[in-house]
Amino acid sequence: MDLPNNSHMLAVTGLSFERYFERVFEPVSFELDAGSLLLITGSNGCGKTTLLRLLAGLLDPSEGKIQKEEQPLYAGHFPAIKDDLSVEENIRFWMKFMGTRKSDQMDGLCEQVIEEIGLTPVAQQEGRTLSAGQRKRCSLARLLFCDESLWLLDEPYSNLDPQGIAMLDSILKTHLTSGGACIMTTHGSLRPEGFDLQECHMISGRERYAGEAA
Amino acid sequence: MSKQATGTAFVALLRRDFLLAYRRRAELLQPLVFLLVVVTLFPLGVGPSPTLLANIAPGVIWIAALLATVLSLDSLFRSDFEDGTLEQMVLSGQSLALIALARTVAHWLVAGLPIVLLSPLLAMWMNLPDEGLLILIESLAIGTPVLSLIGAIGGALTVSLKRGGQLLSLLVFPLYVPLLILATSAVSSAVVDLPYTGQLGLMVSGLIASLTLAPFATAAALKLSLS
Repeated sequence: MDLPNNSHMLAVTGLSFERYFERVFEPVSFELDAGSLLLITGSNGCGKTTLLRLLAGLLDPSEGKIQKEEQPLYAGHFPAIKDDLSVEENIRFWMKFMGTRKSDQMDGLCEQVIEEIGLTPVAQQEGRTLSAGQRKRCSLARLLFCDESLWLLDEPYSNLDPQGIAMLDSILKTHLTSGGACIMTTHGSLRPEGFDLQECHMISGRERYAGEAA
Repeated sequence: MSKQATGTAFVALLRRDFLLAYRRRAELLQPLVFLLVVVTLFPLGVGPSPTLLANIAPGVIWIAALLATVLSLDSLFRSDFEDGTLEQMVLSGQSLALIALARTVAHWLVAGLPIVLLSPLLAMWMNLPDEGLLILIESLAIGTPVLSLIGAIGGALTVSLKRGGQLLSLLVFPLYVPLLILATSAVSSAVVDLPYTGQLGLMVSGLIASLTLAPFATAAALKLSLS
């Protein structure tokens, strides 16, 4: 039995989730400390997104438990960008809604964030006109103004160009060196480079049963 | 996590909703045009007899208002659900009931209030006697917020269904029945100079009850739709 006040930022023991009485993925256990990056790998449909949604608190676990110190920041597949609002209006809304590190300097911070994610040329364009990669960059803007120390990133590299990937890597590095932690999923083709990382390979419930039958 | 002050988040959400409503004003006009068309069709359908129209006026206007509201309910949470905004809001640590209330207030201001403002015109078309006009406006002013509040529960319940529109109307129309009965009876009573404060009083109590309870039901339904 784990003590609730152990030093881990996040501790997961025997976590699993059932959908329609079938396990989505085989139970996973891991611990995460400040400054570390956990890479979750596995084939399509093996439950990576489900795991992140469980960790974020959007789903309730069927088995096992999650001990977390605070609410993590979750960046999923849906960008949470309004088609009818400009990039700047979108980011400004989320800043106001979620709060920022320095709320008194909102205007300067907003411009700074837009520049850092490389969307200054399209800052006044409506969300509907953005490309998939620009959308991804816009949704990653949250990483720059929210102050959660644990990040849950679902396929953060998808749709990003090489500059975008480098940008995300540098944001991530700053976050990790300043005592944050991150859990990231990937299906394998794109991996973060130059990080010390733990890896957790996931097996879907169905794969496991298929293996037993063979 | 340094959570944003609740009031600031509430205001930010309201402002965003008004900006979105302004950008999608064509979408917003549809239910109102629908309301006007439905009321216009009645004199053509049942005949232009002034006394007949005056008799059915409260019912016709109220039913048209009901239909127009339901028409705009399906989109209340849908786009926020589909683009991931809703899950981010849930995770932001803000009270989900307050988020639901902000969306509902915005919905009433852009969909319910215009119906109240249009009602004198509708009353004139339907030849409603002057004695009933003020009560009609009052009943709509009290009743349309209830339509939005109760409708939001239905909208939240059906948001994860691809075509939730029909189910939504099946869910909320029965809940609108008491309101419809009270409102039309208040207006009809006023026209024939009978007391109507009882009906209006019951409507106000309905408004207070739904204002305090519906946001929590909406929040629970949203949480359910997200999991």
